[in-house]
Amino acid sequence: MRAFTYQRAESPQEAAAAVAARPDARFIAGGTNLLDLMKVDVERPGHLVDISRLGLDQINATPEGGLRIGAFFRNTDLASHPQVRRDYAVLSRALLAGASGQLRNMATTGGNLLQRSRCPYFYDTAMPCNKRAPGSGCAALEGFSRNLAILGVSNQCISQHPSDMAVAMRLLDAVVETVDADGTRRDIPIADFHRLPGETPHIETVLNHGELITAVRLPAPLGGHHSYRKVRDRASYAFASVSVAMVRGDGVQRIAFGGIGTKPWRVEAAEALSSPDAIADQVLADARPTDENRFKLALVRRTLTAALADHPAGEGTR
Amino acid sequence: MKFDKAAGPNPTDAKKIIGQPHDRLDGPLKVAGRARYAYEFHDEAPNAAYGFILGAGIAKGRITALDVAAAEKAPGVLLVMTHENAPKQRFKPGESSPQLHNPEIYHYDQAIAFVVAETFEQARAAARLIRVDYSREVGSYDLDKARATATVPTHYNGDNSDTAVGDLDAALASAPVTLEVEYRTPSQSHAMMEPHATMALWEGDRLTVYTAHQMLHWAKRDIANTLGIPQSRVRVVSNYVGGGFGSKLVGYGDLTLSALAARQLGRPVKVALTRAQIFNHTSQRSATIQRIRLGAGRDGRLTAIAHEDWSGNLPPERAGNTGAPSENACFQTRLLYAGANRMTATRQARLDLAPGYAMRAPGEAVGLLALENAMDEMAEKLGLDPVEFRILNDIQHDPEVGPERPFSNRRLVECLRLGAERFGWNRRNPKPGQMRDGDWLIGYGVASAIRDNLVTASHARVRLLPGGRLRVESAMTDIGTGSYTIMGQTAAEMLGLPLSAVEVRLGDTNFPEAAGSGGSWGANSATSGVYAACMALRAKLAARAGVNAEGVSFADGHLVSDGRRVPLADLAQDQEIQAEAGIEFGDLTKTFAQASFGAHFCEVGVDRYTAEVRVRRMLTVASCGRILNPKTARSQCLGGMTMGIGAALMEELVVDKRLGFFVNHDLAEYHVPVHADIPDLDVIFLEGDEDANSSPLKARGVGELGICGVGAAVTNAIYNATGVRVRDYPVTLDKLLEGMPIPTI
Repeated sequence: MRAFTYQRAESPQEAAAAVAARPDARFIAGGTNLLDLMKVDVERPGHLVDISRLGLDQINATPEGGLRIGAFFRNTDLASHPQVRRDYAVLSRALLAGASGQLRNMATTGGNLLQRSRCPYFYDTAMPCNKRAPGSGCAALEGFSRNLAILGVSNQCISQHPSDMAVAMRLLDAVVETVDADGTRRDIPIADFHRLPGETPHIETVLNHGELITAVRLPAPLGGHHSYRKVRDRASYAFASVSVAMVRGDGVQRIAFGGIGTKPWRVEAAEALSSPDAIADQVLADARPTDENRFKLALVRRTLTAALADHPAGEGTR
Repeated sequence: MKFDKAAGPNPTDAKKIIGQPHDRLDGPLKVAGRARYAYEFHDEAPNAAYGFILGAGIAKGRITALDVAAAEKAPGVLLVMTHENAPKQRFKPGESSPQLHNPEIYHYDQAIAFVVAETFEQARAAARLIRVDYSREVGSYDLDKARATATVPTHYNGDNSDTAVGDLDAALASAPVTLEVEYRTPSQSHAMMEPHATMALWEGDRLTVYTAHQMLHWAKRDIANTLGIPQSRVRVVSNYVGGGFGSKLVGYGDLTLSALAARQLGRPVKVALTRAQIFNHTSQRSATIQRIRLGAGRDGRLTAIAHEDWSGNLPPERAGNTGAPSENACFQTRLLYAGANRMTATRQARLDLAPGYAMRAPGEAVGLLALENAMDEMAEKLGLDPVEFRILNDIQHDPEVGPERPFSNRRLVECLRLGAERFGWNRRNPKPGQMRDGDWLIGYGVASAIRDNLVTASHARVRLLPGGRLRVESAMTDIGTGSYTIMGQTAAEMLGLPLSAVEVRLGDTNFPEAAGSGGSWGANSATSGVYAACMALRAKLAARAGVNAEGVSFADGHLVSDGRRVPLADLAQDQEIQAEAGIEFGDLTKTFAQASFGAHFCEVGVDRYTAEVRVRRMLTVASCGRILNPKTARSQCLGGMTMGIGAALMEELVVDKRLGFFVNHDLAEYHVPVHADIPDLDVIFLEGDEDANSSPLKARGVGELGICGVGAAVTNAIYNATGVRVRDYPVTLDKLLEGMPIPTI
């Protein structure tokens, strides 16, 4: 960890301005990912702006019947919030499938969306990685790629998006609210929030430097039966090989995937289909697996089949 | 005391304290945070400086240029040591650990610089300012490719690398049922809780190292050899060690570099490896390729057993103080089953990865993954129940030598029979894929366990203190196993005192040299050392009381002789009485084959959609001689079973075969089981188990038996559940998917 300066901002806009003013400044919220990366020398901020005391830890009903979740609302609190458990169970289940109790106690809603890569080459500063050191190459393409992405990949990066929460947010059509240094606010649909790696894998979202997430807004509840099926190499505390988030019933069928995309993955056009094979064929049409992660093609199909079998269409309870 | 004939009746037979499930003596200290580990001797060195090791970023080659200017100028930095300025050190393969002694890179994350600063953060930040240029060389990283050039190992973990009895080829050719299979096991990491750590402190020309180590006299020898100083000037302290599993049988960069820097700076220096460094900087369990051939008659009796093993390692001159042993996966196959015609062969290839070295049950742990899987395959070919097939091929003597070398105590058949009964083995359907519980395919698996019984010299001092308390002192280590407790129990039993009247002091080379913790020899050997010291003390106490040592006994805090009862406190009223002695072992382990045995029974569920595997329950029945403390012994078995489940299902150090290192070098990516992976585990120790040929305590090793064979019980259960036989460990779901039909909905 390199030496850094630290500042507590007094308001979201002031925080945004403080980060915008320095190219080497970063926001710090729960710190569960940033501090780890600083310790291994992957993140090297010169200045940290703490956003923990800005009143972003609230959750409120919206006039549209949805929920507005403050960016600093903790993962544990979100997963256990009565209204989330009642109306957005897929979100609660996705959160509880991720990390550990200790991490969820610290991790925040905004920070979870900004989790960085878990590719082992990204973590090792002796290794090439275009995400960490643009232009240095991708060691994973022909290296250890077993758990990396098969969708949305480029020749520069095949890192999978590690978040479970973000998969549920994608399914629920969440909207990310931000503020920047001059007080400008904007709403970013979650579908547009994460970028594909393309030629610039180090740029992971559409946020500008200094633009602060203030909240994540959920539309009115969908109804239906909610599930989050996460398949991984041990029973807990591992990143998804494949995860399937699903809302089904009450005339709704939505499906999103984790563990397979360079961002949370959802193919809306496939949601009108009914057989698991037809859905999987469409979702995986553009898949580009490596030899090591080719098994994910079959695993997507199987996990999807299991999720559909768990609650057949027409069963409208939630 | 020489132990060279079978133990007769002795005071430990009373088993009032020995053999009882006492809580750990060190438990309260540990839960209160008062048991001090190597990095925590703050009072002894309040001014300690902090070191950070910079590791090589390539696998093989040499350093061509180093720029340390920025690091030297960084805040708080006291010293930057590289091969250009490191003090001269000596190298004796297997018995020393020089660091930064040349510009050569032997493996990834080998130390290339050491930065000492006022704080840990300053040292770490400065280390990252060092610029290094390398010339890279092509290395060998792929065991499959290197296999063809493998040779007879120079450092063999046993008595020879090749064994042969009878006419194997003829037996295989004539056997009506044969099997030839090849298995692969990956490199594994010890993944103990406490990282390697050392604080070095010089007083004049005398060095004290507070370090995390399993074998203190080895640590002392190695550091003295490396620095070129007499061992008498080195003191090693490891009062508490947070696990080792073999990783702390030798020292690494932290040990040598802290000592060198502390001498140079005239100030204590402490260093702990980061978790990520442990995977490539220290040592690992070597990957293996194993070929097994079996031949049997239709009656199920084995006539031919062949086991060949290929593993890889650095050449000894590049492997630090590990000595570059081969992973001896064939060893148990020489002893476990009958069969007149047999052979084993061990071969070692060159690999330029972190040194391969001992990890919990080196040899057997991976050898049984192959052998016990093959036995399951063979039982199916023969149409025999896997339990009955093993029982049919039990043997009560060393099958290579003959009846003249019997097992001292071998109750494998009882382990199998009792386990089958308690587990409900008769509910198993021998045809795979027949048992279901909702979406879970259910399977049962069994495997035998064997672990060679090792013993080694061990000494102790016992002191009856004024007031009547007894203190035991020994350079034995407790790596979380329970050494404090069982040594205390031994002394209490021997002197007729309650355990509460005994204090145990361990982990310091100022105390008499002891067995240390490795190879499951610790408990049996170290308590025998205490036994010897207590026998000497009993004689002194008898003399002090003026009675004949022959008829004396000790009970309830008294010396008892001919009806006379003398309180021990009275004997030590004026001054303490102490005795120091040790146990030396003769050749009973040659006369008798000695090993601990067990049988594992496992039930798994495999998700019929996703092939996720969950162990649902497991039972281990073990025969380990006398159990000194059923509570700590059970914990050892549970830990071994957990580690065995890890080996079966998830543990794998993944080699990047282009870049030459273990890629998944943290605990997020190197998976060990978490609580959710471990269900109801149960352990039964056979009643009345005693091994008089093993030691005065009549015990045998426990710590490693628990892992031996477990993984094969798991994979055999997976086969029973799915009909898919995976011969490439670990059995992750991707290896099962192809063989399992997709359920339709």
